[in-house]
Amino acid sequence: MSARYPFSAIAGQDELKQALLLTAVDPLIGGLLAFGDRGTGKSTAVRALAALLPEIKATTCAYHCDPDSPGTMCDSCRSAKTHKTRKMPIPVVDLPLGATEDRVIGALNLERALSHGEKTFEPGLLAQANRGYLYVDEVNLLEDHIVDLLLDVAASGENVVEREGLSVRHPARVVLVGSGNPEEGELRPQLLDRFGLSVEVRTPTDVSTWVEIVKRRDSFERDPDGFTALWAAQEDQTRKRIVKARKSLNSVSVADAILERAAALCIHLKTDGLRGQLTLMRAARALAAFEGAKETTEVHLKRMAGPALRHRLRRNPLDETGSTTRIDRAVAEVLGA
Amino acid sequence: MKREDPARLMRTADAALACALLAIDPIGFGGAVLRGPGGPARDGWLASLRNLVGDRKIFRVPPHVGIDRLVGGIDVAATLKSGTPRHDKGLLAEADTGILLLTSSERLTLEKAALLAAAMDRGEVNGAGGTHPARFALIACDEGIDDERTPSILSERVAFLLDTGDCDPPDLAELDISTSCVQFASVSLPDRIIEGLCQTALALGIGSVRPALLSLKTARACAALDGRDEANDDDATAAARLVLAPRATQFPAGEADEPADSEPQDQDQQSSPDAEDEKDTPSPQELSEILLESVKTSLPVGLLAALEKDLRQKQAPKSGAGAISAQTGLKRGRPAGTRQGEPKNGARLSLIDTLRAAAPWQPLRKRDAPGRAGVLVAREDFRISRYKQKRETTAIFVVDASGSSAIHRMAEAKGAVELILADCYVRRDQTALIAFRGRKAEVLLPPTRSLQRAKRSLADLPGGGGTPLCAAIESAFTIADQVRRGGGTPLIVFLTDGRANIARDGTADRPMALRDAENAARGLKLAGLRTLMIDLSDARGGPARKIADEMGASYLPLPHADSAMISKSVGTAMKVRG
Repeated sequence: MSARYPFSAIAGQDELKQALLLTAVDPLIGGLLAFGDRGTGKSTAVRALAALLPEIKATTCAYHCDPDSPGTMCDSCRSAKTHKTRKMPIPVVDLPLGATEDRVIGALNLERALSHGEKTFEPGLLAQANRGYLYVDEVNLLEDHIVDLLLDVAASGENVVEREGLSVRHPARVVLVGSGNPEEGELRPQLLDRFGLSVEVRTPTDVSTWVEIVKRRDSFERDPDGFTALWAAQEDQTRKRIVKARKSLNSVSVADAILERAAALCIHLKTDGLRGQLTLMRAARALAAFEGAKETTEVHLKRMAGPALRHRLRRNPLDETGSTTRIDRAVAEVLGA
Repeated sequence: MKREDPARLMRTADAALACALLAIDPIGFGGAVLRGPGGPARDGWLASLRNLVGDRKIFRVPPHVGIDRLVGGIDVAATLKSGTPRHDKGLLAEADTGILLLTSSERLTLEKAALLAAAMDRGEVNGAGGTHPARFALIACDEGIDDERTPSILSERVAFLLDTGDCDPPDLAELDISTSCVQFASVSLPDRIIEGLCQTALALGIGSVRPALLSLKTARACAALDGRDEANDDDATAAARLVLAPRATQFPAGEADEPADSEPQDQDQQSSPDAEDEKDTPSPQELSEILLESVKTSLPVGLLAALEKDLRQKQAPKSGAGAISAQTGLKRGRPAGTRQGEPKNGARLSLIDTLRAAAPWQPLRKRDAPGRAGVLVAREDFRISRYKQKRETTAIFVVDASGSSAIHRMAEAKGAVELILADCYVRRDQTALIAFRGRKAEVLLPPTRSLQRAKRSLADLPGGGGTPLCAAIESAFTIADQVRRGGGTPLIVFLTDGRANIARDGTADRPMALRDAENAARGLKLAGLRTLMIDLSDARGGPARKIADEMGASYLPLPHADSAMISKSVGTAMKVRG
């Protein structure tokens, strides 16, 4: 595989980078949607994340279960007494646009069925992505029924296959990352709501950022190994921060007053359901953990309000006001400037 | 010697330069889009490239190529022969280190374009048969006219966008690039030039970083071609002209008012390299200005008008008709039996029916192939599932923005269209918008599902002028036809008072204009297209009524209908569909 661009070397796009890091700190935040202009490094960032994240310990089954967490194991691992384990990088699986349903959820293994008359399950991309990321570029071009399916699996953490006489369920705890350009077609509002965070990715407009982006990219392309080595220390530092934040996540407190603030904000914005509030709370906590804070504060809440709620606003199709502006306004009113 | 058009000479020179540069590092440059009809210029260009790249293989790909063939799938013939699954690794993987020549690239669907783009980004393809390296250069032959274009996700990833429609074949027979290829890797690029090119890209309103990167590479390749170890300002100028100029979405600030016609005259003076003979090195800012000057000479005449239009439909996904909806009949919807066919391009194999079809032949086949275990399936046994699917509707709005209509009813018409748009959004229908005024009808918005763009183009709708109804009907017909060919169901909604006064040939002649409009309307009826006429005039039963009858449209006079009612009627019309 060709060398990956280092995550830390991505210039600009701070919101996108931060959101990605937070999904790594707390996968329960539930995926990320990055919508915006082309050529802004969306794909680069997601693919770079894979190389950044620490390796995981996994069993040798098709779903690379976590040997230390029996609750999330597949049936065969759970029933086994001992596990062979290995170290592996966190899976980041690309979902190609043309992928069929069979390819995504898995299907009957035709070879075995036809030649040996056996009914065996051939795991799909969701199995491959278990405990990691499933990245869908141009998610807005993906067929709706596949997007539905992905979001269901991402929410339940389990892939259930009931077809062709197969009845299989296996763990599929995936963080779904979608990207796309809204000018080419939008996602249904129902689907938008299912992504945990959303970021709007804009092209930087100042020359110095451009020059920085272009220079770094250029030197990476001319000497990938040298460039990667140059950034290794910084990558390592970020990696350590993630590991530390994961450990401290459960001890970071969220005071009731903060929860109330979050609720007030959601009510003010009339977001549907509780999902928004829950995500906001989790994202704010993950941010606090990442920054080494002991407790979640209003500042964390304020900073995550945009990414966590932006895509959940009930949209009046004819209202020109951008979601970000509406959130900023609400934050100012509810939480004070 | 006959006097040649300087612009044509320049295009020819640029195309030749691009060809030579591309040959230095085909994969690094991504490739090129050759826009224009096929002809000696394009053939000559391709022949030159083939000659320069030597042993790189060239793979021709038509736009209707199957997705399975692109990214790989099960190789049915080989699988059946051997009895074990054999994967075909796909064209993209086969083209590794070679050149992919895409014909009629304007017809490529977005879905396939996205697959190509992903492979170009990653240098590998992840198909059903596994992951394979797929580093290739893409040459897209774009034969589109008007708004048909190679999908922008592809043109954004290739360095050179060339117009081969109006230029001569390059003469590169004598060129030897072997030393340049070696030198290319070590050419250095002063920071000044990097900044200058970035600034130029920003000034031209190029919203993506990719072209800027490609322009740096181009500057370096120019230097290598010239046998130098460091890129200079001339290289930067060439890079700006070749890579950045064709992607301009705005004139550099302060230049927009300059009449486009005055540019070709001072062109000779500007393009001659010795015009700038002050030899002190310019700052990035100055360099950017020099680059912009040179870019301006190569911006085609009439760009300003085109840009204005482009701004309204910025970066529209111009791909073949019905880009995504095609072929879904085999993938989703309610199951509706099975039929013989191969499980390709997303069609699902119906296993039980396949086995059932194979069963009677087992004794015979076993006799022919002793030693093979299991059920022997042959190609003709394959049964694939069929699904019945609701076809996607595209509402095409044809809005009269002429003087006669505009004054009265424009606001109401806009209100109605906005309501319908909101409905369409909920139902996931596509919408298109045509406005007609003055002498012509203009497609403000090709079919799209993007509400943002529909709203934007509606808000910008200008008013006043004549009523070229005939032109409007004809352009609605063209779009409806495209939609239908792409597997969708078009519905045309006219909002007009029907007072046509511009005839088909553009003359202001009321009786003739009406006759032409009625003829065109009859054409819609003959083609069996669903239409809805919303009469904006004060008196019902006017010319709009007549035209509605000719086209077999449902008729709805606006004085008796408010926006909400129009929206309801359209909703009903859409439900009564095939």
